[in-house]
Amino acid sequence: MKFAAPNSRIVAIRSRELRLMSKPLQRTPQSTTRRAEFLTGARDTFPLLVGAFPFGIIFGALAVTSGLTPWAAAAMSAFVFAGSAQFIAVGLVAAGTPILIIVLTTFVVNARHLLYGATLAPHLTKLQARWLLPLGFWLTDESFVVAAKGFESRKSAENKKWYLLGSEVAMYTNWQIVTWIGIVAGQAIPNPRSWGLDFALVVTFIGMLIPMIKGWPTLTAVLVAGAAALLGNALPHQTGLLIAALLGIAAGMATERTWPAKASQRKARE
Amino acid sequence: MKEFFLIAGMAAATMATRIPLLVLLSRRKLPESISRALRYVAPAVLAAIILPIVLLPDGKLSVQINNAPLAASLVAVLVSWRTRNLLLTILLGMAALLVMRALLPL
Repeated sequence: MKFAAPNSRIVAIRSRELRLMSKPLQRTPQSTTRRAEFLTGARDTFPLLVGAFPFGIIFGALAVTSGLTPWAAAAMSAFVFAGSAQFIAVGLVAAGTPILIIVLTTFVVNARHLLYGATLAPHLTKLQARWLLPLGFWLTDESFVVAAKGFESRKSAENKKWYLLGSEVAMYTNWQIVTWIGIVAGQAIPNPRSWGLDFALVVTFIGMLIPMIKGWPTLTAVLVAGAAALLGNALPHQTGLLIAALLGIAAGMATERTWPAKASQRKARE
Repeated sequence: MKEFFLIAGMAAATMATRIPLLVLLSRRKLPESISRALRYVAPAVLAAIILPIVLLPDGKLSVQINNAPLAASLVAVLVSWRTRNLLLTILLGMAALLVMRALLPL
């Protein structure tokens, strides 16, 4: 800090005294930024918590009715923390599928996270493993989408990591709570799927998707991925999803290239 | 014990998709074309998740008015497009679903 006033020395000493006196409550600019980024990340994730709420309750309810013990259902949310994979796994458990097949299915269903990791990694350079490992462990569809948008307006990896962490911790905490509610309430809900509450996930994803469509390339990517997913729906273990996503990405890239007018407009604006 | 292996296996499989690229690619610079392609990951994946759920309930194509999820999805698309408000989209989309399920004899 620089003070132009003549009594700047006194002010400087005073403020130093104050800082020393209030050491336990002291907030350096750095820690304020961290807090602010963490809380902003959590706040930007709030609507997604609402969307995940019914989904988690249904998961908890389905898990205990499919033959998992309540503890295993809770542990799955705590250690796997992957909504759609958990849903599918519970269905497979109910059908008596061997564990190895369930584990392999989990990998394939979650394979889209490989793309998420690749997308976020360039933003999180120079981070140590003690940061990257938890950020990776907690990475979900929701936090990925929040981060992909939130990172646009953030410069440093320092800000970005706290922002992402805030989003992830919010999702994680929420998921544990709603799973528990579902486990406890599960016995009381006769046929959880028939309520249609799992549809909350679809409207949540629609609400995330639509604002992303900002031009022809994105629209093409969305349409091609959607159409390919419909055609590939019969493929086993959601492999269709991954293929569809890759085709959508390729279509977006191709459109971007064959629309040079768009690119020149963008350059002109810059 | 079976449940322990199930959860440990699923946790390992999930981490194997979330962590490796995040760690490996944060250490090097990606080629321009790859980082451009990655911008389409989120919209492409979301579209590929949503459309089959809405249009292929029970694995069969259903483009009819009595497909309540489809009708509610259209409401959600409209709300999101006009307002860009995620929370509002979720709430109105779910409300639309509940209303249509109550109205439509299934």
